[in-house]
Amino acid sequence: MAYSDKVVDHYQNPRNVGSMDAGLKNVGTGIVGAPECGDVMKLQIKVDENDRIVDAKFKTFGCGSAIASSSLATEWVKGRTLDEAMQLKNTEIVTELALPPVKIHCSVLAEDAVRAAIADVKKKKAQTQPAAAAAGAKG
Amino acid sequence: MKSVYLDNNATTPVDPRVLDAMLPYFRENFGNAASRNHRFGWVAEEAVDKAREQVAKVINASSKEIIWTSGSTEGNNTAILGVARMYADKGKHIITCRIEHKAVIDPCKFLESQGYEVTWLDPDPTGRVSIDQVKQSMRDDTILVSLMFANNEVGTIHPIPEIGALCKARDVIFHTDATQAFGKVPIDVEAMGIDLLSMSAHKIYGPKGVGALYVRRKKPRVRLQPIIHGGGHERGMRSGTLNVPGIVGCGAAAEVALDDMPTESVRIAGLRDRLWAGLSEHLTEISRNGNPQHCLPNTLNVSFLYVEGESLMMGFSDIAVSSGSACTSASLEPSYVLKGLGLGDDLAHSSIRFSLGRFTTKEEVDYTIKEVVKAVNHLRNMSPLYEMAQEGIDLSKVVWAHH
Repeated sequence: MAYSDKVVDHYQNPRNVGSMDAGLKNVGTGIVGAPECGDVMKLQIKVDENDRIVDAKFKTFGCGSAIASSSLATEWVKGRTLDEAMQLKNTEIVTELALPPVKIHCSVLAEDAVRAAIADVKKKKAQTQPAAAAAGAKG
Repeated sequence: MKSVYLDNNATTPVDPRVLDAMLPYFRENFGNAASRNHRFGWVAEEAVDKAREQVAKVINASSKEIIWTSGSTEGNNTAILGVARMYADKGKHIITCRIEHKAVIDPCKFLESQGYEVTWLDPDPTGRVSIDQVKQSMRDDTILVSLMFANNEVGTIHPIPEIGALCKARDVIFHTDATQAFGKVPIDVEAMGIDLLSMSAHKIYGPKGVGALYVRRKKPRVRLQPIIHGGGHERGMRSGTLNVPGIVGCGAAAEVALDDMPTESVRIAGLRDRLWAGLSEHLTEISRNGNPQHCLPNTLNVSFLYVEGESLMMGFSDIAVSSGSACTSASLEPSYVLKGLGLGDDLAHSSIRFSLGRFTTKEEVDYTIKEVVKAVNHLRNMSPLYEMAQEGIDLSKVVWAHH
């Protein structure tokens, strides 16, 4: 099985490799997969006050297709709102990267990683809102 | 640098000397070795007999004890199924090991489905079974022990002479799959008490599709039921027109391997050790799988923590190697051999097998070191596991979100 050019490109020139401070309130972190399965993806998003994703970073332990899927996912969510990013389907990744059937699960994991990051930042927002209201009341 | 081939345990290129020896048997000397009545047949038969001698010499056997096959898979099937069926009245217990090649495991599993009992020995973490393990598994109804001479994934060599001696003492037939060891390390079927031995030409710079099975004729005379019927060739053990050019190639390859072995095994072990030294010098958190003391001279299996094997191979894609990672197998299961050594899945997924060969040069090894180091560092930079480990997180304590 030869790698598609796009998969090789994402490996050699990965987009958005890196880490954000997971403690920040406007950063959502999704970690999916497990070392036993041979795939672990960490995907992080930074949102502004309008719930728009202004930055995204990833780190992946996995095969070339897994790396490319998560790299592509960070490219696609940048500039989108949280609700728009929730619409990302793994099938779009499969098509864009020309993934063979045996690698489709890599795209599913990338979709899971995006959703996990979104869920994380939404949870944080829900937690900070009551605190902000209380702070507003005090201040 | 042109592409580098370090996957010689998978297969090898045909040596030019071997190809030269074969060509006449495709062209003017095309006779069927079983045609007894004309020169075409006699020329073919003579070539086949010479090849028998060449193969027998490598293992100190008689040429009468060499049966031609299509390769080790067939040889293993013939030995295991053939002995099991022939000696079924004596017993139906077989001893083998969990990390054998599928060409041994699958016939044994098949026999289990046919009412035979198989003891699957677990190797130690380096891949070796002990004599005590074999001894303790032996029963009155044991008819066969099948243990590979050297493992294809990690290169570990079993204590073969001791196993052979034990089998002799207990009157149990001893088969060894010597596919990876034949022509690489000294083998003596007499001194080592081996009764059956499989080999394949394509692992020793010969053509694919041909191999040999050694079947002992004296003390004891091993008999087996053939798995292929039709004409009674090869003393009734393997019917079918002989692949004369392939056999000629197999013999020539065996002869070259035997002649070169003393110097070549030293040279290649030196290159293998140079590769390990180079990787260890420039990378932390890598581990060697197998047994450095009892190992094939050409095989090096390394786990590179926090990076996955297939992505690593993509990182140095002009160097051909193989990996125990699940991502490289159609079944998405990690290497059962590495699992059988007790390696965690994460280490199995991070493993690379380098198997050097006759045509591997020092320059290629140095280039490989450079490229592997570069790829490992590139991937560790992208690896969430490496990041967590650097932060001091104990990965074994993390609860992962499985999907």
